[in-house]
Amino acid sequence: MADKTIDRIARATPPGVANRVRGLSDRTIAWLFVGPSIFLLLAVNIFPLIWTIRLSFTNFRVNRVHAPIKFVGLRNYERILSDPDIWETMQATAHFLFWTILFQVLIGFALAYLINKKFKGNDLWTTIIVFPMMLSPAVVGNFWTFLYQPQIGLFNYVVGFFSGIDPSSFSMIGSIHLAPWAIVIVDTWMWTPFVMLICLAGLRSIPNSIYEAAEIDRASKWRQFWTLTVPMVLPFLMLAVLFRGIENFKMFDLVVQLTGGGPGSITTLSSIDLKREAFEKWRTGYASAYAVIMFVAVFGLASIYVKALNKVKDR
Amino acid sequence: MSGFSVTEPSKRQKWIAGLLVMTYALVTLMPLLWVIATGFKSPADSIAYPPKVLFQPSLEGYVNLFTTQTRISPDMQKTLVPPTTWYEQIVRDKDMVIAGPSRYGQRFLNSIIIGFGSTFFSVFLGTLAAYAFSRFKVPIKDDLLFFILSTRMMPPVAVAIPIFLMYRQLGLSDTHLGMILLYTAVNLSLSVWLLKGFIDEIPLEYEEAALIDGYTRFQAFYKIVLPQAATGIASTAIFCLIFAWNEYAFAVLLTSGNAQTAPPFIPTIIGVGGQDWPAVAAGATIFLIPVMIFTIKLRKHLLRGITFGAVRK
Repeated sequence: MADKTIDRIARATPPGVANRVRGLSDRTIAWLFVGPSIFLLLAVNIFPLIWTIRLSFTNFRVNRVHAPIKFVGLRNYERILSDPDIWETMQATAHFLFWTILFQVLIGFALAYLINKKFKGNDLWTTIIVFPMMLSPAVVGNFWTFLYQPQIGLFNYVVGFFSGIDPSSFSMIGSIHLAPWAIVIVDTWMWTPFVMLICLAGLRSIPNSIYEAAEIDRASKWRQFWTLTVPMVLPFLMLAVLFRGIENFKMFDLVVQLTGGGPGSITTLSSIDLKREAFEKWRTGYASAYAVIMFVAVFGLASIYVKALNKVKDR
Repeated sequence: MSGFSVTEPSKRQKWIAGLLVMTYALVTLMPLLWVIATGFKSPADSIAYPPKVLFQPSLEGYVNLFTTQTRISPDMQKTLVPPTTWYEQIVRDKDMVIAGPSRYGQRFLNSIIIGFGSTFFSVFLGTLAAYAFSRFKVPIKDDLLFFILSTRMMPPVAVAIPIFLMYRQLGLSDTHLGMILLYTAVNLSLSVWLLKGFIDEIPLEYEEAALIDGYTRFQAFYKIVLPQAATGIASTAIFCLIFAWNEYAFAVLLTSGNAQTAPPFIPTIIGVGGQDWPAVAAGATIFLIPVMIFTIKLRKHLLRGITFGAVRK
């Protein structure tokens, strides 16, 4: 009985008052809900970023805290950009990026195309194919060193079995010529399913009616593939390349465990080199400048790419 | 639809496609199966040439993984009480005794604490933020959303430099809390973007009806929206958990013992005379199996999760 009275009074109250009585306004709730997330990201991401930029102009070293910190202007940047070793790691990174993306796109698209033929049990096989991508890259890198062992490794044995080469005659991670391909193979093994899933979504988004229309126009299957399927999947494919590009530019865990950047420095990718400068040589100021250059490169390339992606989408 | 369709692949095409995909799946699965099998081999079998497909299963790898052992002389062996458990027996057979538990259990526990802790916080904060972004007019919304996403683009090694300095100042280095905060922040971008997508899909009408019925905004949020978003929240949580579970770069740079998770630890498992491959494989197997189970559970939302909600299917 009492409840009903309260109810009636509440309904009779003008909305503004009702809101105040009932609780917080939408605006307050919005800030209350978004605030903590923004705060955390500012504290753990943006504040450190600003700190990095500041450190990049100094000669600070973490292992010498009491040494006076000197402002050195752009010297760290000059030294990095004129260092031939750094250009070598950039080349290693570029090699890794180019080949992993190429293989993943080709194999991933082919797989998606085949799965889209909707044979019986395609869901089950898709799930099986996806497994490698969900695993911990560091642990994957570690157990691939086992598969790559010259004498006892499964990889060398299988290659030897099919090609007739002696399995102990080559070492995938010990040879300068093979190591860059060893990391490409493992990354491709791991991430092809990623490209496959995105391509599959692209293929499934194409309405059947388009193919029916093309069939009425007597377009050949080959022509249909190049003028319908490929252009329709392209935005999806470009998105997959964007994700893989950013991820592999940052690549650290898998390769560190697999080759440790060796032999020599042939598989030392930018992240691995940066880790050495920052956490082994403890050249904090120099490493900060390195980190800033990497940020700029990722953001720069990614935003140019996103512009291109949007153009393709609009077409 | 039944009958002939020009867009339906022919039986032969389906058959060939199925065969090719199955072949790829089996090849791609081989390294994984090999690792799982290696965990059950004896050390001698694990390094046999040619590689052994059929072998006498042994739990030595698992026993080595969880214990530390010391060698004893056969004379001393006789003075000891006979082994009472199967795992002691395995160790005794090699003229060793169990000296104590290894650090694997503790590292695994760290992975669970940090994984679940950070998942809870990033999903909690992410749900709130995603709801606000989905339902309210937040000023500079698009910029904020892009800002949240961009935090994920930075190389972890680069981010780790100032975090390392900051954590040292705050006393957070090598602590569970420090790692939970860090993983929460890293996962926040994923959880906000994913959950915004899921909440966007819940029709506004339910909430409007609830508001008219006298619910407050807050009540409408937790009585109407939350239950509807439950599957979305669950799959977001699994994605966050998998990320934290698999993460290596921050873990190896910012922790050393106390709060170290399993990924930096597994590669350091070394036996007597070279790496103890069955123990490493056992460690990897125990660590990877939960993720594989989750992957099966996530099947439907997999694509969405890996693309931050960009592709929804």
